[in-house]
Amino acid sequence: MTTRIDRRFARLKEENRPALVTYFMGGDPDYDTALSIMKALPEAGSDVIELGMPFSDPMADGPAIQAAGLRALKSGQTLRKTLQMARDFRTGDDDTPIVMMGYYNPIYVYGVERFLVDAKEAGIDGLIIVDLPPEMDQELCVPALRAGLNFIRLATPTTDEERLPTVLQNTSGFVYYVSMTGVTGSALPDTSRVSGAVKRIKEHTDLPVCVGFGVKTARQAKAIGEAADGVVVGTAIVAAIAQCYDPEGKQLADPAEAVATLVRGLADGVREARLAPAR
Amino acid sequence: MNKPAELNSFRSGPDESGMFGIFGGRFVAETLMPLILDLEKHWNEAKNDPAFRAELDNLGKHYTGRPSPLYYAERLSEHLGGAKIYFKREDLNHTGSHKINNCLGQILLAKRMGKTRIIAETGAGQHGVASATVSARFGLPCVVYMGATDVERQKPNVFRMNLLGAQVKPVSAGHGTLKDAMNEALRDWVTNVEDTYYLIGTAAGPHPYPEMVRELQSVIGIEARAQILEQEGRLPDAIVAAVGGGSNAIGLFHAFLDDRDVAIHGVEAGGHGLQGDEHCASMTAGRPGVLHGNRTYLLQNEDGQILDGHSISAGLDYPGVGPEHSWLKDSGRVTYTPVLDEEALEAFQLTTRIEGIIPALESAHAIAEAIKLAPKMGKDQIMIVNFSGRGDKDVHTVGKMLGMEI
Repeated sequence: MTTRIDRRFARLKEENRPALVTYFMGGDPDYDTALSIMKALPEAGSDVIELGMPFSDPMADGPAIQAAGLRALKSGQTLRKTLQMARDFRTGDDDTPIVMMGYYNPIYVYGVERFLVDAKEAGIDGLIIVDLPPEMDQELCVPALRAGLNFIRLATPTTDEERLPTVLQNTSGFVYYVSMTGVTGSALPDTSRVSGAVKRIKEHTDLPVCVGFGVKTARQAKAIGEAADGVVVGTAIVAAIAQCYDPEGKQLADPAEAVATLVRGLADGVREARLAPAR
Repeated sequence: MNKPAELNSFRSGPDESGMFGIFGGRFVAETLMPLILDLEKHWNEAKNDPAFRAELDNLGKHYTGRPSPLYYAERLSEHLGGAKIYFKREDLNHTGSHKINNCLGQILLAKRMGKTRIIAETGAGQHGVASATVSARFGLPCVVYMGATDVERQKPNVFRMNLLGAQVKPVSAGHGTLKDAMNEALRDWVTNVEDTYYLIGTAAGPHPYPEMVRELQSVIGIEARAQILEQEGRLPDAIVAAVGGGSNAIGLFHAFLDDRDVAIHGVEAGGHGLQGDEHCASMTAGRPGVLHGNRTYLLQNEDGQILDGHSISAGLDYPGVGPEHSWLKDSGRVTYTPVLDEEALEAFQLTTRIEGIIPALESAHAIAEAIKLAPKMGKDQIMIVNFSGRGDKDVHTVGKMLGMEI
């Protein structure tokens, strides 16, 4: 069974370029604005969309994504509404893969079986759940695979050679390599170290390997994209949305346009990644 | 739900994957998973190592001052006219609470693992003080995360931590209480994976913390059980302890879990009452969910977002509880009941006036429940209350509640 994610990466492989994977927070700063941002992403050059599910206690996130989650919750975002956002998006786009990313508790409270049915029906293709390591696979990973959704796992600098097979075992869609230890949005380590890690993971799997945590500029996207099958950008997008508002919440610029401008630049970056021979 | 049909023992949990029934587990980011597995391996070695045990016992005796007395609260018992009330005097420990028991064990483990930096979260500041104390004693730098609200209401403890050489980092996210401090400590740990040991203060978090903290605190119940047998020649009819995360409670309860004739009462923070959101009674009013690495009863809304809760006692101001308590609740072995802020405040004053001991507001919750239970019991019956900490840290809060300027 192939999903939109599998098809998208197969196509990009033919085009010989890495994917641009873009994260934004569902409901930030409000439902309608977030939906307009989501709709602007594919045309600006995003190949895969990560749809953030807000959670009150985002333990692995840095200040920018923490704040985005709080803004979304304050505007009334719920898991039900995040699913609705995917549904609304799908009325105009049936190709771009959507991966929901967040923490387990809202799904657990929603009910795993009911969530999987609703997510599939809403046009969700995959899940990234930060606080579900392989040791907890029976909770959601195994049921999700059974339901035809990809379960995308994070591999990190602490995932050593011995542990890597455990992490990869039930992973599908792609592998998300977290380029450093730390929370989202910290500084990117030097790209040669990241390339080495990507090569190491690729020795263990045929799945595409995408790299995230700390990628903010087109130049970084290009450098990472030389070795990786995809480049994930999150904090920079979330920060661009935040910058469209003053401290009182008054809108200064159009967030969908601000995100589109940023994403266009990043998309140019990943498209250049394979033009020059990899160093 | 999750009611075991027939149990041979209530003391055998958790299973190998860290579960107490459906509760517990290891719900952490992949970055932390190898660290937690490594911690589990070292802990399993240490707890079976007689040298580790001997060093811990030696520190317990000469540094903490163990065993802590089991004190017959004669005047309180007479005043209430029912059961004989005994206090297990953890307030007399070095640093003034039961928290030191856990910190000594974990810092020995950190040394064993070659870690060179300690981080901790704290609510009331008692665990922060205990962490800062053992870090000073063993010469390791210590960072304590503390909610900004708690920094404000527990100033004396903040100063004590600073004196002990620890760096206190206020956390302003959320309501600025224990939950937010724990989030920030986890963010520190996920960043500094090489050298840092996370010294969790309560019997919660990812496996093996709930089991490890329980084992290190179970000295309370082991001593109390032996002491009451020596002083009264029999086991108590009831034991009572306050439950925030639940480390002092599980420490007292664990030795008694298979003594089926001993009634066990856990006391949750009822705050301003259970009708609104102004309480921390996660087991009485919450639902199972996943937070801070474990599945347990949580205060949360219908979307699975965690609520902040409220308690007069900073140490009980946490929307969750250790997973073993959740399991003990569902199994029916322990009865959990809420006590209101004002009831705790009355117990605080009564104990101070007629026993001459100032209890921590956390312990005052347990005493408040004892005040309700004792008159319904016979004079030949016996109750042990865990006097988990001393109340010097709380005099400012109490003064404010009573309308006095200190």
